[in-house]
Amino acid sequence: MPEEKQVKPIEADQFDRRTLFTKLGLGSLSIAAAGTVAFAYQFLSPNVLFEPSPIVNAGKPESYALGSVTLDVNSGIYLIHAKEGFLALSAVCTHLGCLTAWKPELGIIACPCHGSKFFVQAEGDHKPGGKIEGPAPKPLPWLRTWLSDDGDLMVDRSTTVSPMQFVRV
Amino acid sequence: MVKTLGNYFDNLRGTRIWRSVFRSGSGSSTLHRALAIQQNVFLHLFSTKVRRRMLGFSATWYLGTLTFGTFLILVITGILLMLYYHPSVPQAYADMKDLQFVVSSGLFLRNLHRWAAHAMVFLVFAHLFKVFYRGAYRPPREFNWVIGVILLLITLLLSYTGYLLPWDQLAFWAITVGSNIASAVPVLGNKIHFLMLGGNLVNANALLRFYVLHCMILPLTAILFIAVHFWRIRKDGGLYAHQSEPATLRAEAAPAKKAQ
Repeated sequence: MPEEKQVKPIEADQFDRRTLFTKLGLGSLSIAAAGTVAFAYQFLSPNVLFEPSPIVNAGKPESYALGSVTLDVNSGIYLIHAKEGFLALSAVCTHLGCLTAWKPELGIIACPCHGSKFFVQAEGDHKPGGKIEGPAPKPLPWLRTWLSDDGDLMVDRSTTVSPMQFVRV
Repeated sequence: MVKTLGNYFDNLRGTRIWRSVFRSGSGSSTLHRALAIQQNVFLHLFSTKVRRRMLGFSATWYLGTLTFGTFLILVITGILLMLYYHPSVPQAYADMKDLQFVVSSGLFLRNLHRWAAHAMVFLVFAHLFKVFYRGAYRPPREFNWVIGVILLLITLLLSYTGYLLPWDQLAFWAITVGSNIASAVPVLGNKIHFLMLGGNLVNANALLRFYVLHCMILPLTAILFIAVHFWRIRKDGGLYAHQSEPATLRAEAAPAKKAQ
């Protein structure tokens, strides 16, 4: 019929209005989805933590006898008075985060969860904190230790240092 | 004529109120029975007809149904336990002890929740083995097997998150160890650990997160997948029977062809 419009055959690469709106719609949905992921990640990460400070005051060096190994259960550190000086080791097992224990009868540190064992004294190649055996992948880390202006031993649990950096008093 | 209890029930089923609720009405024809299943919002997930043999013990050992039964017990006892439990560091352990020694029937409900949880893990595995060794996971039921594996993971996550809630030494160290396993994921490990606990330590945020996961997110996810799991039994051709297997049908058809 004469009134009827001639319909153009649709070409494969034709960019018509429908395609434009579909792409606009999908595009804005993807932007919204990405925003939701970012929003969810930020929401789930707390900005303020009510956790104990990583810096611990371990008290006067004189309170630690020479050759003593002292575990502070609350802060999870060992304060060791070796003949070379003072050092602080993390007491948290490098395997799965259990609190290790000092075994004076064996002279080593042992983890009750999966049986990892660590050196305490420097002997030959062994360094304090070094792994003797067990599933632990790494030695117990040395924690940054220094003397405060008041003469107290301070330990920063969030900062590890390379071994054999003793604090001499 | 002496009216039996069954007659009274049939009369009840004929009343207008009953029929407004259950539209299939009275009668015990095959159609009525099928409608009773098909027109019920909960039962319509299931097949309207089942082979009688498939309802026997030997076909399934009722393992799926028993698993669902333990899940229902866990939902009911869990909701009741929530009425006396505060997921906060100062109160969680004391509330757990109060449930054991102070709250009437608290010990019973807590123990029921615990034993049902153990039973559910056992039954999920038993169900999985039964389905595997009978070969019921094969096409066309392969997707329902995948949903079953998702339900297994949800069951284990429910057990894991529930483990922290008593807030005792066992709970604390188990979650410390478990969350450190998540840190072993390459690249993202520490981020996952931080998001999971809501901090660097198993602390107040971790307790609250595990509580929300245990009481809201994971049970709702489980219910969603359980619904799909049940519905797929019908969609995949009903409970698995050895005789309905394509290979068996082909084998039965083969001698007939030879005879021609």
